[in-house]
Amino acid sequence: MKPTSIEDKLAVNKYDIDKERHIQIREDICATCEAHPCLYACPADCFKLREEHITFSYEGCLECGSCRIVCDKEAVEWALPRAGFGICYLFG
Amino acid sequence: MNQKFDAIVVGAGPAGCACGLTLAKAGLETLIVERGKFAGAKNMWGGAFYGPSLYELFPDFWEKAPVERYILRHKYSLLTQDASFSVDFTSKKYGKPPYNGFSVLRSKFDRWFAAKAEQAGAVVATGLEAEDLLREGNAVAGIKAGGDKLPANVVIACDGVNSILAEKAGLIGKISPRDIKLGVKEVIQLPRQLIEQRFNLHGEEGIAWEFIGSFSRGIPGGAFIYTNKESLSIGIVVQLSALTEKEISANDLLEDFKRHPEVENLLADGQLVEYSAHLVPVGGKAKMPTLYTDGMIVAGDAAGLTLTTGLVLEGANFAIASGKAAAETVIRAKKTRDFSKQSLARYPELLEQNFVLKDLETFKKAPLLLENPRFYHQYPELACELAEKIFTNDGKKRKKFWKMFRESQRGRISLWQMLRDLFRIKRAI
Ligand SMILES: Cc1cc2nc3c(=O)[nH]c(=O)nc-3n(C[C@H](O)[C@H](O)[C@H](O)COP(=O)(O)OP(=O)(O)OC[C@H]3O[C@@H](n4cnc5c(N)ncnc54)[C@H](O)[C@@H]3O)c2cc1C
Ligand code: SF4
Ligand code: SF4
Repeated sequence: MKPTSIEDKLAVNKYDIDKERHIQIREDICATCEAHPCLYACPADCFKLREEHITFSYEGCLECGSCRIVCDKEAVEWALPRAGFGICYLFG
Repeated sequence: MNQKFDAIVVGAGPAGCACGLTLAKAGLETLIVERGKFAGAKNMWGGAFYGPSLYELFPDFWEKAPVERYILRHKYSLLTQDASFSVDFTSKKYGKPPYNGFSVLRSKFDRWFAAKAEQAGAVVATGLEAEDLLREGNAVAGIKAGGDKLPANVVIACDGVNSILAEKAGLIGKISPRDIKLGVKEVIQLPRQLIEQRFNLHGEEGIAWEFIGSFSRGIPGGAFIYTNKESLSIGIVVQLSALTEKEISANDLLEDFKRHPEVENLLADGQLVEYSAHLVPVGGKAKMPTLYTDGMIVAGDAAGLTLTTGLVLEGANFAIASGKAAAETVIRAKKTRDFSKQSLARYPELLEQNFVLKDLETFKKAPLLLENPRFYHQYPELACELAEKIFTNDGKKRKKFWKMFRESQRGRISLWQMLRDLFRIKRAI
C-alpha cells in the first residue's frame, strides 16, 4: 500500500535536521485563535491541535511559507532553517 | 571577505542563474548566493520549461542539460467523481528541435544551470543564506550572509516567492493567501516501459497533463501529471485562502485526485520517492511588488512574475527573462557607475519590451476568472454528463444533442450564467 498520510510521505524525504527550530509560534496568541488556518495550510502537518492547544513541530517542514501567509495574527515567527539544514530535495 | 562585488544575486533558481550567468558573461564580478546545500535542493515545481528563454541562453541545451522528456503531448481533462472529459493535443512539430517544452526535475536541473553560471565566471556560494541587506543611506549596498557583510554595487533578489529581501527593502507588503497557490507534489518512480505504455509515448517523448474538477472540492486550482524519464511528477496546485476557509488539507485533495479512476491505474505499482511543497504567486500584475529601488532589483517569483491562465502555469521562463533583464540593466548601470533608482528604472522598461509584462498585462484578468467555482464543479459535470448521454446506448429512442445539453444544463447552471462566464473567459484569456 502506497503511503497516503503526510507523516508517511515525509518519511521518504531527505532532511538535515537542525538542533534549533527555525520557526517559532507564539502559543499565547494561538490560544486566542479560533479558526487555526495553519492547520489546513501546512502541507507537512507541522501544526497540530491537541486538546484545544496548537502545537508546532519543525522537523518535517517543507519551507513553503504557507503558515507565514495564512496566520493573520502574526503568531508565526517565520524564518528559513540555517543554510545547509532543512529539506533537501533530490528530485524537485 | 571584503571584496566588493559588482553584483550579488540572491538565489540560484532560474531567475538567479540566468541573471548571474548574463552578468558574468559581460565580465562583471558576480556572486550568487544560494541557501540550499546545492542549487535546486530547495526547489520543486510541476513542471516543464516552455518557450525560447532557455534556448536563447543555450542554443542546444536539450543535448547537455538534465532534461527528462520533451513534451509532445498536452492533455487537459475535466474530472467528476467517476468520469473524465479530455482534450488531447499532439503535434509533430513539438517532437523536433528546438522543441516546445521539456519536463525537468529541479534538483538536477538547477544544479546544472548554476554550474553554467559558474563556468561563465560567477562565484556561486551554496549553503549560504542572505539574511539581510546592507545599506548606505537609503540605498542597498550588499547583503549580510553567514554572519559576514558582503558589499556590492547592486543586489538582485531572485530569492523566490517568500522573498525576505524584498520584504526587508520595503518593496512588498504582507501577501494575501488569496493571491497564493500552494502546490504539493509526489514524485513516483515507475519503470520506463510502463510509463511509455500507460501514456502512449515512445523514446524521449513526454506528456504534460492538466486536470480540473471535482477533486478540488470547489477550491480554485487543478492537478497535473508530468512524465519524467523514470518517474511521474503528480501534484495539485490550489488557492491557499480557499483551503483554509474550507478547512481542507492539500494532501487530502491530492489523495482524492490520485484515487480518481482515470488516474489510479496510471500510478499502479509506482513507488513514492519524494513529497514536496511550494507556493506560487498568482496575484498577477495587480499584486506585483515594487520592482527596484536604489541598489536593488527584484526578479522571478520574488517579483510575482508568473502566469496562470487555467490552461498553463508558467514561471520559469518569466524568471529567466526577468533575470536576464535585471542583468542587462545592471550591465548598463555599471558603464555609467550609477546604481540609483533612476538608473535601474531601465529594468521595467526591458520587461515591457520582452514578453514578461506584456503577457501579464494580456492575462491580467485571469486571476479573478480562475476563482470562479463553476469551472471546478458545474462545467466538468456538464461536460461529462453530456458525453455520457451522447455515448450511452441504452436501446431507447435518441434525442437531439441540443436537447440533451439543455437537460444537463438546466438546474445546474443557467444559459445566462454560461454566457456571462463565456464573456468573462473571452475578456480574461
Ligand atoms: C507546483 C508548482 C508547479 C509549477 N510548474 C511550473 C511549470 O510547469 N512551468 C513553469 O515554467 N513554472 C512552473 N512553476 C513556477 C516556477 O517553479 C517558478 O516560477 C520558478 O521556479 C521561479 O524561479 P525563481 O528563480 O524566481 O525562484 P525559485 O525557483 O524559487 O528560486 C529561488 C532560489 O532562491 C534561494 N533562496 C531563497 N532565499 C534565499 C536567501 N535568503 N539566501 C540565499 N538563497 C535563497 C532558494 O533556495 C531558491 O534556490 C511551478 C511552481 C510550482 C510551485
Ligand atoms: S493561525 Fe496563527 S494564531 Fe492561529 S493557531 Fe495558527 S499560528 Fe496560531
Ligand atoms: S513553512 Fe510550510 S511546511 Fe513549514 S511549517 Fe510553515 S506551512 Fe508547514
